[in-house]
Amino acid sequence: MPAVQETVDQVRSIDVDQYKYGFFTDIESEKAPKGLSEDTVRFISAKKDEPEWMLEWRLEAFRRWQTMREPDWARVSYPPINYQDLYYYSAPKRPSQLSIDDIDPEILATYEKLGIPLRERDALLGIASGGTKVAVDAVFDSVSVATTFKEELSKAGVIFMPISEAIREHPELVKKYLGSVVPVTDNYFATLNSAVFSDGSFVYVPKGVRCPMELSTYFRINERNTGQFERTLIIADEGAYVSYLEGCTAPQRDENQLHAAVVELVALADAEIKYSTVQNWYPGDKDGKGGIFNFVTKRGDCRGDRSKISWTQVETGSAITWKYPSCILRGDNSQGEFYSIAISNGRQQVDSGTKMIHLGKNTSSRIISKGIAAGRSDNTYRGLVSAHRKATGARNFTNCDSLLIGDKCGAHTVPYIESKNSSAQFEHEATTSKISDDQLFYCRQRGLDPEEATALIVNGFVKDVLQQLPMEFAVEAQKLISVSLEGSVG
Amino acid sequence: MNAEIRPIRTPAEQGLSGELKALSRAGGPRIAALREAAAQAFHDNGLPHRRVEEWKYTDLRTLMREALPLATPAPVAQVEAHQSLLLDTGLRRIVVANGVVVPELSDLADLEPGLSILPLAQALAGGSEALARLGALQPGRYDAALALNTALATDGVVIEIAEGAQIARPVHVAHVVSGQRPAASFARSLVVVGAGAHFTYAESFEGPAGLAYQVNSATEFVVGDEAHLDVVRLQEDSASALHLSTLLFEIGRAAKVHAFSFGIGAGVARTTLYASLEGEDSQVGFNGAFLLKGRQHADATLFLDHQVPGCESRELFKTVLDDSARGVFQGKIVVRQAAQKTDGRMMSRALVLGDDAEMDNKPELEIFADDVQCGHGATCGAIDDDLLFYLRARGIPLKDAQSLLVQAFVGEAIETVEHEGLREALVERAEAWLAARG
Repeated sequence: MPAVQETVDQVRSIDVDQYKYGFFTDIESEKAPKGLSEDTVRFISAKKDEPEWMLEWRLEAFRRWQTMREPDWARVSYPPINYQDLYYYSAPKRPSQLSIDDIDPEILATYEKLGIPLRERDALLGIASGGTKVAVDAVFDSVSVATTFKEELSKAGVIFMPISEAIREHPELVKKYLGSVVPVTDNYFATLNSAVFSDGSFVYVPKGVRCPMELSTYFRINERNTGQFERTLIIADEGAYVSYLEGCTAPQRDENQLHAAVVELVALADAEIKYSTVQNWYPGDKDGKGGIFNFVTKRGDCRGDRSKISWTQVETGSAITWKYPSCILRGDNSQGEFYSIAISNGRQQVDSGTKMIHLGKNTSSRIISKGIAAGRSDNTYRGLVSAHRKATGARNFTNCDSLLIGDKCGAHTVPYIESKNSSAQFEHEATTSKISDDQLFYCRQRGLDPEEATALIVNGFVKDVLQQLPMEFAVEAQKLISVSLEGSVG
Repeated sequence: MNAEIRPIRTPAEQGLSGELKALSRAGGPRIAALREAAAQAFHDNGLPHRRVEEWKYTDLRTLMREALPLATPAPVAQVEAHQSLLLDTGLRRIVVANGVVVPELSDLADLEPGLSILPLAQALAGGSEALARLGALQPGRYDAALALNTALATDGVVIEIAEGAQIARPVHVAHVVSGQRPAASFARSLVVVGAGAHFTYAESFEGPAGLAYQVNSATEFVVGDEAHLDVVRLQEDSASALHLSTLLFEIGRAAKVHAFSFGIGAGVARTTLYASLEGEDSQVGFNGAFLLKGRQHADATLFLDHQVPGCESRELFKTVLDDSARGVFQGKIVVRQAAQKTDGRMMSRALVLGDDAEMDNKPELEIFADDVQCGHGATCGAIDDDLLFYLRARGIPLKDAQSLLVQAFVGEAIETVEHEGLREALVERAEAWLAARG
């Protein structure tokens, strides 16, 4: 369908302005000296008041990182990153994490503008979360500025705090689990993160506890030339359940910013972790200028029998997305799930997917991935499903569909399916198509304009995934999808 | 994990480099330059290993332990002894033994009008118009098997079908390895099908059981507009042999191409197929069936390049794995921006019978055009218990029930072979394989 002039104009006007979180908060901040060296690592560690073992851990990672090479196998291309030209630590000047009233009002305002209430009474009034209670850990550049509902959570025995605090207060838990799912040497970006991570969330749900509310972290990159390296560690002890949400935004800048996070999930016997992400980093302008480079390592370990880890992600932002949330299905009868919607527009490049590694008996996994490419973007699904020799009765179903809007974008599927066990049953299907003219015609005949029609059809296309999102997020995600695709009809 | 690795040269690489020092000069400067470029590429890149994406599951650096001496022509009487294993379905047979055409055993007389068959060595020595096509198809990436073949193959078959010629009798090129000592043989063939012509080409591979020889074969197909080409391949090399073959297709407008690969032989087999769809409205079908047992390893890798609008491609690969065999399927469909209205479907199905068997599937799509219908699927699993139960409930013993189901499974792919005689020969091979399973 050729684009009419009207649409072209609309794309022009919308493409640049559609990112509504592109504002910048002007506050004083404290930074580490620019560049990366052992001193930077020591600086961050000292800032966080970390024990000696943690510093050693970081330094070892840093030394290892220096011997590594940046991976180039993903289907993304970007100018070389100068790791010496970044700030690895940036924190708002006022002391944080004391009480809500000590937080710089500017930051509070920022989060309010983003729709994230940090004042518990606001949250109770249901300002942004549709009436449900959600505990929030707000991470601003390199530090966590507020964590809400801590007390209520601790009554249930749930530990929810910034990881820097957890290192001090619960060293035994951190020592036991940190780096046990994503080893320090896992990959280039994970190793970098291990050396310089500054904050993130730590969650521990004790035996048999069902976490009384949704937990969430909201990441905001604010400062110029700053990389964000957060580290999240979630442990669900035997029979525990936790649902965790993650959201991200960044100001609109014409330089590229680096975001290299590591998320580790550990589910012990009968535990369940549900991890949902709505990623909306600044994607760059229509010519591909600026935007976040998102290199994230996320992995869950179903360590106990009958445990379950479920990843749901809605990816609409970032100039570059390099992200493969994975499940190691170690316990017998454990389950892994991955639901993903990845939308790319403009010059965005997405290379995302999952890994399901079946080690235990009767493990099962399900992958539903929906990629939507518009504009001049490239959208790749890259996934691995593997069954090891002892994974008797492993079961996987994979469905990855791609939708192309416009003829300048690309959609790619690169699945790896490796079965080493005869009783493993793997099924994989993938399709790529465009929105059919029939569907469009049907909608338009009923009075919808082409953009509404497209949004409606796309919503139907991604429905399977949206249904997996917690309610508060589903609404947000649905809105995002229509924003992200505005102006892409043609 | 991501540290820089500069591999040392393996004995096989060193041996091959030695052989690449003295290249044949036959065929004029263009061919000589091709050989030199291929030798240089091999010198620069060596054998592929698991970090080379296209060879991820077939690590040739490990699997090819040594470079065998180049095979020498075999005595006719010795080659003749193999004939019991050749296809015999009224085909015109050309025998290529140890990489060299054996005219005494080849049916080169009374060629139908429009059909021309010439040994490559003869074409290189005497010059042939078709030679201008040789080596013209390049996969656009370094391929060790093809590079070695380009540099070292000196004989094979050059077949030309004139425009509009309808050749009813298929031509069968039988690649035979003969001799007591393990050796490496290389053969290169070229098949040019003129516009509107119809042709069926078969090739088979076999050699002495138990002999650890190496075979490297490459065949280029140039298919003209509205031509119709059927290719049937039967690979039953010795279970100790290393088999590398490359197929290259250049396909014109509104052509119909169908290729079927059947593999039950070789210890390590790799078949790479490159197809470039260069004319609109063509239909291609690339199918295969592999029956593997013991410690056999078979890799089928496909690259399909849709460059123009309106083409249709279908792939169906079936792999049966017994004991601790390993099957690999990698298929990549590329749809270029211009290739609107492409319809592509790729399917790989594996049936795992052996407890230690392994299947690796990598079906890829790379799509740059929006108005397309493309899909791929991959499945892998054991025989369905319900189906087995159904048959056993009707008094069929377990083994027979399994055989029936495997036959049906493989049969779906074999059914796509158009030539009846060849299709039956393949079905027979599959039945024999199942019977031997006991």
